[in-house]
Amino acid sequence: MNEMTNPLTGNKFTRRDFLKTTSTVAIGGALAGAFPGRALARNDDTLKLALVGCGGRGSGAAAQALSTSGNVKLVAVADAFGDRLEKGLQNIKKAHGDKVDVAPERQFVGFDGYKDAIGLADVVVLATPPGFRPIHFEEAVRQGKHIFMEKPVAVDAPGVRRVLAAAEEAKKKNLKVGVGLQRHHQKGYIETLQRIHDGEIGDVVAMRCYWNGSTPWVRTRAEEEQKAGRKLTEMEYQMRNWYYFNWLCGDHINEQHIHNLDVINWIKKGYPVRAQGMGGREVRTGPDYGEIFDHHFVEFEYADGSRLSSQCRHIEGCWNKVSEHAVGTKGTVDLDGGGRWQIKGANPWKFDNENQRDPYQQEHDDLFAAIRDDLPYNEAENGAMSTMTAIFGRMATYSGKMLEWDDALNSKIDLMPKSFAFDAVPPVLPGENGIYPAAVPGKSIMV
Amino acid sequence: MKKTFIFALVGMGVFPGFLQSTHAAVDFIKEVKPILEMHCLSCHGPKNAHENGELDLSTRALAIKGGDHDNDLIPGDAEKSLIYKYTIFPADHKKLMPPKDKGGPLPKAQTEILRLWIAEGAAWPENLTLVNVMKVDFVRDVKPILEKGPPLSDESIEILKLWVDQGAVWPKEVKLGGVGGAPILDKESLIAIDLHKIIVANSKEAAEADMKKFTETIDDRTSFVMVPIPGGEFLMGSPASETSRKPDEGPSHKVKLDPFWMGQHEITWDEYELFMYPGERKKDDEGNYTSESADAVTRPTKPYVEMSFGMGKNGFPAISMTQHGANKYCEWLSAKTGHFYRLPTEAEWEYACRAGTTTAYSFGDDVSQMGDYAWYEANSDYKYQKVGKKKPNPWGLHDMHGNVTEWTLDGYDPDYYKQFENTVAQNPWNKATKPYPHVARGGSWDDKPEKLRSSIRRASSKEWKMQDPQLPKSIWYLTDAQFLGFRIVRPLKVPSPEEMKNYWNSGVERE
Repeated sequence: MNEMTNPLTGNKFTRRDFLKTTSTVAIGGALAGAFPGRALARNDDTLKLALVGCGGRGSGAAAQALSTSGNVKLVAVADAFGDRLEKGLQNIKKAHGDKVDVAPERQFVGFDGYKDAIGLADVVVLATPPGFRPIHFEEAVRQGKHIFMEKPVAVDAPGVRRVLAAAEEAKKKNLKVGVGLQRHHQKGYIETLQRIHDGEIGDVVAMRCYWNGSTPWVRTRAEEEQKAGRKLTEMEYQMRNWYYFNWLCGDHINEQHIHNLDVINWIKKGYPVRAQGMGGREVRTGPDYGEIFDHHFVEFEYADGSRLSSQCRHIEGCWNKVSEHAVGTKGTVDLDGGGRWQIKGANPWKFDNENQRDPYQQEHDDLFAAIRDDLPYNEAENGAMSTMTAIFGRMATYSGKMLEWDDALNSKIDLMPKSFAFDAVPPVLPGENGIYPAAVPGKSIMV
Repeated sequence: MKKTFIFALVGMGVFPGFLQSTHAAVDFIKEVKPILEMHCLSCHGPKNAHENGELDLSTRALAIKGGDHDNDLIPGDAEKSLIYKYTIFPADHKKLMPPKDKGGPLPKAQTEILRLWIAEGAAWPENLTLVNVMKVDFVRDVKPILEKGPPLSDESIEILKLWVDQGAVWPKEVKLGGVGGAPILDKESLIAIDLHKIIVANSKEAAEADMKKFTETIDDRTSFVMVPIPGGEFLMGSPASETSRKPDEGPSHKVKLDPFWMGQHEITWDEYELFMYPGERKKDDEGNYTSESADAVTRPTKPYVEMSFGMGKNGFPAISMTQHGANKYCEWLSAKTGHFYRLPTEAEWEYACRAGTTTAYSFGDDVSQMGDYAWYEANSDYKYQKVGKKKPNPWGLHDMHGNVTEWTLDGYDPDYYKQFENTVAQNPWNKATKPYPHVARGGSWDDKPEKLRSSIRRASSKEWKMQDPQLPKSIWYLTDAQFLGFRIVRPLKVPSPEEMKNYWNSGVERE
């Protein structure tokens, strides 16, 4: 537990190092809040912002970046689809008209628009479907920009490795990188984690976490073709209904459950070493639901031998929960992210929910404070490792095998298409009946 | 089953919001029938099939039997079926159907519907006979109706239905002009007009004496109980002497209210999810609607986050909905049941909570009894609990003080009571003009006793959806209001269609 290997560089990297990286983030945020007077001394130049991926979340993140203290201006946007770009830009203008200055020549539609948009900014928000994140992150680092990127940061192991490598590069260039794992910026979580790390529940010996909910959305081919008034190419359709394709989304275990897995990693101050699990497609079996599973159960093992039971399910009408829990030698902790955090046992405690702040705003406040005050700020590595945790889980449920972390992280299986164009062939295609092939546990090779 | 035009409006995508719902298999009634009736039946009906290749498309059996060919309709094989194949010939092809002079070729969207429908097996109810349908001209037939506005004659309604069935064509250059200042129909009005008729016919109770406790059934597994609340006068607000009293609870003033029924319990997830997830129990529902307007009521988008926050669903109160969501539930429920439901006004809520008492709580002022009547901070185990497990108030209502705080119809104004000092307010309702704040009433599982008092008022705020990461934020869900649910009322007097519309659309939710 005290020593972990960074599987990318082979460097031994100690618990102390890990603490150093994670706590600077927390301190950066705390300082910014505690000494508002610092703003006088800080760099208050106008920061130019570019948004890559103009969906509801991307627009939300841009609006939050524009709501940080100090001058920020949105100068460029990019999206694969013109209609999504327009709608997103409209919504941001509605909320922040005075801070939006995106002339038509700085609106980039298509797969390659991100390069130009990034080039025009000081800070970029990367919020496309996660499959593109490694490519966009690499480019933003190459161009020397500060970055906010949404979670997850990849959909496969090669993508995770690219993000880890670019994260190293970002550090060398002194770029500030925030990742949308906003629980790290949420008061209830920060206080609870502090207590756990202070030993209030003793040694953590067992963990559980859940994202059991329902299908967030689906865009059917029929609906999309009706809207378009024509047939869509397979690539267009998959890009519209991206949630259900692994090269774009990485499965819901990656897209949503990453939040819960990341909290457990945070509690454990490390990443799992081994995993096995089960899952499948029980109700989302039709052609509208691509290839992803609708439920996963994974047992992760951490370096100290403690185990995490992780469940995520998208099946309506079942028992629902989105939360994290841990059992320690002196007590238990329940982290119900929606507003309830409590410790039971030797040191009982409940979080006082009165003074919550919006964690989605806070994560931008913290990032921008770090940019303006030049504080160390790099969430990319943890973002990549927690993304890998989720991908590791998916590999376990898809394959049905017991898997080792190092094998998973070094896997050569690359899910991305060979070329990006609306007439290019995506890496997964429907069969004769319109149904996409899905993984078969026991048969599918995942690592 | 009689189809209302609103239902059809939705099916035809006139209201784009509905496109968010899942589109499953092609729906014969909604999608295919209108195409066949308007474009095919004038030549291929029982009257003149003999002049047109003997092909009669009025029933499925006749269509499959075919005319001169035997492959007019082959369920499962669109490419071989002539009624699809002939529709996709080029415009100048002599076999094109419908022919050029009869409106062919059809738009791609319609030929695709035909193709999919056939490929999916050409479902077509056995006993359903199609008829030739008049072609509606927007300017000639529809425009005058929309400009005149309600009330609509049955003939006008028929024309609107046909118009919608035929694709609701509305040429871009044609603008409506209000005639004599008459309102232009919007979707909300159409629903209210449609439902008003049904609700009036279905509301048997004429006087207060007829009001009995009743059980309303939504489907074979889900029902709820409504308790009669007599009309009357009460003192609203709290005296300055009440412990923990806030300034906005005064001045105390008299309020006179008409009789209504109120839900014995808070709305549970069992009920609310029928509204949230229309597809899920559709099979059970088929044919059970009092009005198909139930399908026309705007329904919530799917939540990204799990909205019960792990506190339980079956028998537990529904939470985290916006006031708009609660209002739309009432509208949907009215369409489902044929009774008029809405949120209570703030005055109705307090009147029902007090149930004739003038003390801080409906059981007196003794806080030590709280545990018998309410789920609150001290006994809730940090979460909401199943409805109806604590003692009711004197009028038989459960959980008014605790469990979840409840939405009312009113906008929040701390000074609202002042205007009624020394007068009697009659059925007051402070209709909101902006999204925030609205009034929620009663305490919750997360509150201390003083927040459970009958007179305490809670103002909604933006903070209640603080953690919604999307832009725009959801108009349906509150990410940070796990203490908040609602219960419903049914007034004895059925309101006018306009009033219904106002009640169901009071949220001013767009920010």
